[in-house]
Formats: sequence, structure tokens, C-alpha cells
Amino acid sequence: MGELKFVIQKSPRIDRLIAHLFAKMPEIEADRAELVTESYKQTEHLPIIKRRSAAFRYILENIPIVIRPEELIVGSNSLAPRGCQTFPEYSFEWLEPEFDTIATREADPFYISKETVERLKKVHPYWKGKTVSDLAAAGMDPEVLDVFLNHGMFTVGNYFYNGVGHINVNYAKVINKGLEAIIDEAKAAMAKLHRGMGDYQKRKQFQEAVIESCEAVIAYAARYADLARREAAYCADPARRAELLEIAENCTRVPGKPARSFYEACQSFWFIQQLLQCESSGHSISPGRFDQYMYPLFKKDMDAGVLTYEKAQEYIDCIWVKLNDLNKVRDAASAEGFAGYGLFQNLIVGGQNEQGVDATNDLSYMCMEATMHVRLPQPSLSIRVWNCSPHDLLIKAASVTREGLGVPAFYNDEVIIPAIMARGLTLEDARDYCIIGCVEPQKGAKTDGWHDAAFFNMCRPLELVFSNGMDKGKQIGLRTGEVEQMTSFEEFFDAYKKQQLHMIEMMVHADNAVDYAHGVRCPLPFESCLCDDCIERGLSLQEGGAHYNFTGPQGFGIANMTDALLAVKTLVFDEKKVTMAEMKQALADNFGKGILPKKAVELTTQITRELMAGGASVNDDTIRTVYRNLTNAETVDPAKKARYAEILSMIEALPKYGNDLPEIDSFAREVGNTYTKPLEHYTNPRGGIFQAGLYPVSANVPLGYQTGATPDGRLAFTPIADGVGPASGRDVKGPTATANSVARLDHGIASNGTLFNQKFHPSALSSMASLEKFVAYLRGYFDQKGMHVQYNVVSRETLIDAQKNPEKYKNLVVRVAGYSALFTTLSRSLQDDIIARTEHGTVK
Amino acid sequence: MNIYEQTGRIFDIQRYSIHDGPGIRTIVFLKGCYLRCRWCCNPESQEYKLQELTQGGKTRTVGRDVTVGEVMDEIRRDAVYYSRSGGGVTLSGGECMAQPEFSEALLRAVHEYGYTTAIETTAFASREVVDRLLPHVDYFLLDIKHMDSEKHRQFCGKPNDVILENARYIAQNAKNLVIRVPTVPTFNASAEEIAAIARFADSLPRVGELHLLPYHRLGQDKYAGIGREYTLSHITPPTNEEMEQLAAAARAAAPRLHVQIGG
Repeated sequence: MGELKFVIQKSPRIDRLIAHLFAKMPEIEADRAELVTESYKQTEHLPIIKRRSAAFRYILENIPIVIRPEELIVGSNSLAPRGCQTFPEYSFEWLEPEFDTIATREADPFYISKETVERLKKVHPYWKGKTVSDLAAAGMDPEVLDVFLNHGMFTVGNYFYNGVGHINVNYAKVINKGLEAIIDEAKAAMAKLHRGMGDYQKRKQFQEAVIESCEAVIAYAARYADLARREAAYCADPARRAELLEIAENCTRVPGKPARSFYEACQSFWFIQQLLQCESSGHSISPGRFDQYMYPLFKKDMDAGVLTYEKAQEYIDCIWVKLNDLNKVRDAASAEGFAGYGLFQNLIVGGQNEQGVDATNDLSYMCMEATMHVRLPQPSLSIRVWNCSPHDLLIKAASVTREGLGVPAFYNDEVIIPAIMARGLTLEDARDYCIIGCVEPQKGAKTDGWHDAAFFNMCRPLELVFSNGMDKGKQIGLRTGEVEQMTSFEEFFDAYKKQQLHMIEMMVHADNAVDYAHGVRCPLPFESCLCDDCIERGLSLQEGGAHYNFTGPQGFGIANMTDALLAVKTLVFDEKKVTMAEMKQALADNFGKGILPKKAVELTTQITRELMAGGASVNDDTIRTVYRNLTNAETVDPAKKARYAEILSMIEALPKYGNDLPEIDSFAREVGNTYTKPLEHYTNPRGGIFQAGLYPVSANVPLGYQTGATPDGRLAFTPIADGVGPASGRDVKGPTATANSVARLDHGIASNGTLFNQKFHPSALSSMASLEKFVAYLRGYFDQKGMHVQYNVVSRETLIDAQKNPEKYKNLVVRVAGYSALFTTLSRSLQDDIIARTEHGTVK
Repeated sequence: MNIYEQTGRIFDIQRYSIHDGPGIRTIVFLKGCYLRCRWCCNPESQEYKLQELTQGGKTRTVGRDVTVGEVMDEIRRDAVYYSRSGGGVTLSGGECMAQPEFSEALLRAVHEYGYTTAIETTAFASREVVDRLLPHVDYFLLDIKHMDSEKHRQFCGKPNDVILENARYIAQNAKNLVIRVPTVPTFNASAEEIAAIARFADSLPRVGELHLLPYHRLGQDKYAGIGREYTLSHITPPTNEEMEQLAAAARAAAPRLHVQIGG
């Protein structure tokens, strides 16, 4: 039996820090946008890499800084708690039409003052035609751009509009050697250059940009040291004054010089984490193996008797709070896909070291304790599990799971290490992996993984099979033939694979256009210098300077496609109970069911517009009729409706993925491979390869909203299944059966990560004995080579009540496909999706 | 006859059961029971004959005849979880002692695969049947519902004398025995009644644990679904405080026993 270790008293400071952070709605600020614009106007004669470092320096010299009440770790990108800056060099057009609505939109609202709007409106015109987004669009073939923007087959929107992020950097190097050592490295690299080299200029400019960026960060820390000293001078409370002076001392020392204590290491870590976010607008900048690189100074201070567990815990808790201070504003559509103000800062504990020895230490436990203390969405806490993980670590993790925060996410070393070795990592590097963002494994500080490169909707190629490649009146897919003429399931499935491959190629093309644009317009010298081998090669990450380069777009919809393809196989081809023509018509008529009211409103507007354009007279009655037809499917003839009901019940009676049925699960594996296998053959502009992920974050809801009915009985515009799990409500044999099904997929080939969500009722984790069983359950799933799993432990009633009374549940955290979010900040449809997921552990 | 060919009648198999014996378990629910407990949350389990059950507008047949081999195919799917947790299979019902041939064969088969066995039983059975199952059961979860035979008869349809005798016999011969008490307001949810059961449990050799299972009404809708009346619709589940008071009464009456609320 295990033991619950490291239950440490929480400092009263922590709750006060949190209360301050969450007192107001997050706010957009204009300072960075103004500063980057001013700098760019001054540097038009410089190469892009130098313009980037000059802008970074100019921002850090001039952006307002603040020390929040009672903070021990300082550094904020915005004056307002949880505020955010904007990054017009990536894209800005989307923000302008949202100025009036962004404070009231459903997903991730932000306050924006009139003054900020005016300031942003002044700087935006400069960027017209100059953004990453503009160049990416110009680089795409027009028909691909059209498919991406207008047909919802896939989206590369994330990096099309924003920075990439999705990186882990060498925090250890900064903590132990300081940025001054990196400056020295860059100088040494420059000294090695000789004028006869073909890329002399490019390399020299890169090193100069690195030096300028590091110096800018050191100077920024000095501004904080000054501020702390000034505040100390006016501080009436002697205890706080002493704290401020210690903060001043820390900021004088780090991150320029090596940290000497655990506290200095925490501050050094934080400046890096914060300023990476300030340099680019990327999310998923992931601390990675925090318990490993923070441990040496922790141990040194503990051994010397100058640090206690309680004090160390307080510092860690403070960092956890700070991770929630960083924020980012996305356009309304992306905000739905990444709902919950998530920055996906993934921090992972446990697992083995480069030598293959278990590396769990005190900090591994204390990181979990910190999550229990702060109870906030960030960091995305993860735990590595392997055959030699200490049982007590898993018991601790299970006890965190029980809190219902949706963390930690569990990762299986036994699957991930060989999976990434197959992509060319050395054994040592593979053993030292961390997780980026939602679920993406990589060797930290050595990889530009471009994880999250796109969402690929695996349901849409099937729609193209039924339409012979047509979508919204346009031939965007292949002509795979009239579906009614197909004579075998093999022919049908083959058409699906062809349509899918066609779309995959478009997505690859779109990704590479975006990738190239980042290299040209937004190379990031600061981020690059913290990642191997950029300094050595004199090349930024965005231009391919990393040791390992990948592009990882993620597909989703395996469960729906497995059930859908099998429904066609069984009902149309094998048993001939439904003709293909009937199936096609049933899908077009949404099985005779009305569509979602929200979608009906959209379509009504569209249809009436078309009617008016065609010269028809439209009055209130016409509009009402159109709307009623859509919501009640009144135009579908009753005889047809009855037949559709029959078809639906035939589909419902078929066995489904997620119920531990080996034949169906092995077909699901084949369906997964239709996406993962072809991707392996493509390359990116940074000299790397593509690798597939299988997870939707929360895009299964907004992209499901653009997808018609599917032959698995899924109605039009409703959510697609999340991750690699079964479609909502279709797994009826309990969590072990579901886990067995999911484990039968080929997780190893999806080396950009797979995601398996399960929801447990609290009764499944109530006692120490049930924690033991929970750990055994997890072990059983991983024994069968599952790659990732995460658990929501909340009751259905709790969620429904939270939906009705959001004010009562401001701090209710749920795991939404790969990360934790505040439930009440999610859109209504996503809340419904979470509630609808099968619930386990209820009483018989 | 080969034990894998033995047939029996079940109505459900539930995996990832964690409140009915050690580790992660699969529960096989057998159909047919001698008692008619008025709070029973599986009323469709009581009759041996196949029945129609209507729930949420859908009607299905409850009960199916299966061989031990077929049930084992389902059970074996969670082998990895049993071995990780020390779990196995629990027979519930219904009453497994009402189908002794099938129960014995199934328990033997489970043991052949190396999983642990448990049964949830009313112990309303002949001594011969008890003897038949005893060697194949690792954990007995035995209900003692009331010490007053008349009240037992009123609420469960049968007196309690056979049950109490069997409980004593099983306690003397079983490897492990836990006494469980469905705690039902208006029936036995008073300090005196619970204390009386606790004293009895305490008097049994080798019994270490007493579990008080709070009454719940999650099965209520199924009564209408099989065309029966639910006669306890006037009572409400005991509160946590009430359960704690009853647990305290049990502990006072039987200080030697570990008393817990829930399974």
C-alpha cells in the first residue's frame, strides 16, 4: 500500500496572491504594440534578425513594469493582473472588428479601454502587408488558402495568426551559468567566423542579435531591482521591506549571473518564462522537467540548512500563481478552439533520466502539492510514468486527480521513448523527453517541434466521398466517383483514404507556407539562443537552427470515422439493409432531425440573403418559415423521416468503438493510420519531417460545428469525439473496457501525441483504497501501451449546477482535452460536451 | 461435465467495480433471488424468469442464459487490471446461491485463471449449497439486514434464522468474511437495530469488518419499468450525519470491528 507524501502547509500569502490576480476581468494593453511599432519604424535598414532584437530591447527598456502586492517572484508582461499585450507583427486585422465585442464574447472575454483601442488603431496601419500572416497567405496556393479559410477541412490558424511558442528552453543553463555565459558563447561563436565564409553575414548578425537580446533581459531585470529598491524605501511594513530588498538583490543577480540559491533559481526561471512570452505571442512555452533542473540548488540549500520544505513550497506556489498571470488574446474563433485562457505551459515531473534511472525527487512531489495549493489551470501539470516509477508518486498523483482539477496528465515512458527514437532522437535524448503544450513529447531545449501545427478534421474527407469532392458548390476534393455507384466497401474506404490524402497534402502545403513566413518575418533571437544548436549554427529556430525539427499537425475524429465507416460497411455493403443513396440522402437531411438553433440562425441569414439576391421578396414570415424548417426539419417528408428513424436505430444497434471489441478496435487502428502514416513522408522548410498527433484540444466542438451529419449517427454540427476516446456516450462497458479499446490504437506512430480523456465520479477516488485501485487501473492501461491519459473527477450535477450558477463556481477547473480550464469561462457548447461525456464510477 | 460448459442465468456484467471486494473487480449479476427486499436497487434481479424492463421509453429483456466459458471471455478482458490490483471477480445478484451449479463452476474457472473470487450473498440457502461454494470463495460479503426475524420477514419476505445460522457457519469456515448492512430508514436505521447487528457480527469468529451501506434510491425507476410498485418512495436516504451516528453506535457495540460507511 502506498503512502501520501509531502502534505505541506500552504502559506497564507498564496491565497492573497490568487485573490489579487483574479479580482478583475483580464485586460488588453497597448504598450508592447506601440513599442514594437516605434522600433520597427527606426530599423527598416536592418536585417530582420537585428530588427527583432532591437525591438525586443526597445520593448524591455520601455514597457511599464509592476511588482504586485506581496509577490516574492516578480516580473509581469502587463500592468493589469492576467492582462495581455498584442503582437501586431504576427497579425492584427482580426482584432479590429472585435474591439466592441471582445469584452462580452462567450469564450475568453477581455476588457479593453477606449484609450487602448485608440492607441492600437494608431499603430495598426503600419503593419498592413508586413505581418507573418500576410506573407503566409501570399505563400499559399490560392485554392489551398480557400480550403483553409472557407471550407473547414483543416485549420492552420494557430500559427497563421500568432507566434509559434511550443518550445522548451535550456532553463538549466540560465540558472546554472547565467545569460552572461550565453553572451560569451555567442561572442566565441562570432570569433570563430572568418570573412571568407559564405554565410558570414548571416551568422554574425544572428550572434549580434543574441547578444543584444540577452543584454536586454539583464537590463530588464535591473529595472525590477530598481523598482523593488524604490518600493522598499517607501514601505512601512518592515517584513515586506526586507522581502523587497531581497527581491532587488535577486534581480540584480539573475538571470545574468548563475543563481546561488533555490530562491534565485526560481526568479531566474521566471524571467525566462515570462520574457519568452513577451518576445513572441506563442503559447505552450513549456517549463518541462522543472523538478529536474531546479533540484540541484534545492538540495544544496536543504543540505546547508538554509531552506525548509515550507519555504521552498512557498516559492514554488508563487511560481504557480505567476504562471497564471501570463495571458494571451486570440480571435473569437481560435478562442473557442483553445478555450479557457489556456497558455498550456506544460510542466512535467517524474520519469527516467538520460541514463535510464528513475529521476523522481522531493520536488516531483512538491510540484503536485503546489497544484493542490493554488488550484488554478496553469501550469498544465504532467507526470511521467514508467515501470520503475515509485508507487508513492502515483498515489500522490492520484490524490491530485481526486481534487477534480483535471491534472496531472499521465504519460507513458514505455511508449513515448521508442516513439520519438523512431523519429531520430538518440536514446539519451528520448529518455529525457518533456511534454509541450497539451500532449506533445519532445527533447527539451533541443527541438523546434512546431507541435499543434494544424487541426485536421478526419470526418470531412468522408463528406467529400459522399459529394464526389464537392463542398459548398466547389470542387475542392478529388472526383472519387459517384458514391451510389460504389460496389464494395473496399472501394468506398479507398475513396475515403484518397480524399483524406488530398486534404493532408493541402494542409502540409499550408503549414509550410506559414512556417516559411515565420522564418522570414519573425525569427526570435532570444528564444533561439536558449535552444541547441542555434548558437553553434548561427541560425534562428525559425530558420531551422534547432537540433531536432518537426511539424506536428493533429487529426481528430477517429471514433466517429471508425463507427461511421463500419456503419456503411455493415448496413450498406454487408447486410444491404440501407442503400447508399438512402444513406447519402439521410446525411443530407440530417436524419430528418432539426439542426441546432445557433446554426439555424446562421443558415437562415445566409438563405434569406441568397433569396433577396435572387430577387425574391423576403418578409418576417419567410424568415420564420426558413428558420422553422431548419430547426424542425419540416421540409422532410414524414415517410422519409420514419425511414431515417429506422436507419438511426439500426446504426445505434451496431457495436461501437470504445467497448473492448477487438475487431472494431483494430479497425479504429487502421482508421488512425490513414491519417498518421501518410504524414510521415512530408518535410518542412526547417529541414525536419512531419509527425502526426491525434488530439483536438477543444477544436472538436467548433470544427464539429462545421461538419454535417456522419454515418455513425452523429447529427450535423454537433461535436466530434474528443481525442482518441470513443464518441460521447457510446462507451457503455466501463472505464477498463474503454481503456482497452483506446490502447489498441497505434499510439507509437502518433509521436506528436495522443490524448485520452476520462471522467470519473468522485466516488471512484474517495478513499485511500480507491486511490490504490485507480493507480492499478492507470498501470493496466499503460501496460497495454496507452500513451497518455487524463481524468476529470467531477460529478455531473456539479457541472450542471456550475452552468446555471457560474458565479458560485469561479474556481471550478476542468480538464478540456489536453489542459485545464476554468469551467465557467468555457462556451456553453463546450460545457455541454463535457457534461455529455460518459461518467464512470456511479452506483449500481 | 466440463465446468466451462455449465450454463446459468445472469442479467449483467459490470467491470471496474471498486467497492465490492479487494482490487479492481468484475461483478457478475446472477438472476433470481429468494428474498424480496423492499429497497432492492436491482428489482429486475429478483425473478429467475426473463423479464421485460422499460426505462427511458425503451424496453429490453432482462436476463440471458450463458455458459461459464462465455462469462470467462468477458472476465478475462480485465486480467491486466486484476493482476495490477489484486482484484478478480465478484458474484452478485440476485443470489448466487440460488444457482449453485453455475456459481460453483464459475468460481472454479475464475480460480483456474488465478483471479480472486468474492460473492455478495444473502446467505439464504441450504447448508449443502453453502458447503459447495465455500472452498471456492476467497471473500464473502454477507448481508445481515436485521436481527428481528419478524421485521426481517416483513421487509425481505423471509425470516432471518437460516441466514444467521449460515453466517455463523461461514464465519467458522471461510477465508475472509465481511458483514454488510444495507442501512434503510424505517427498517433498521436506528442506533439500537444497528448495534444489535454489530453485536452479532462481533460474535462471529474471524469477522474483522462491518460495512454500513447507506440506502439509496437509484433503482427506484426500475420498479415501474417492470410493472411493480416501489413501496419505499416515502423514505429519504440517510444523511451523512445520520450515517456517522449509526457507525458510532456500531463501533460502541462492537469495539473489535472495523466499521466503515460504504463498501
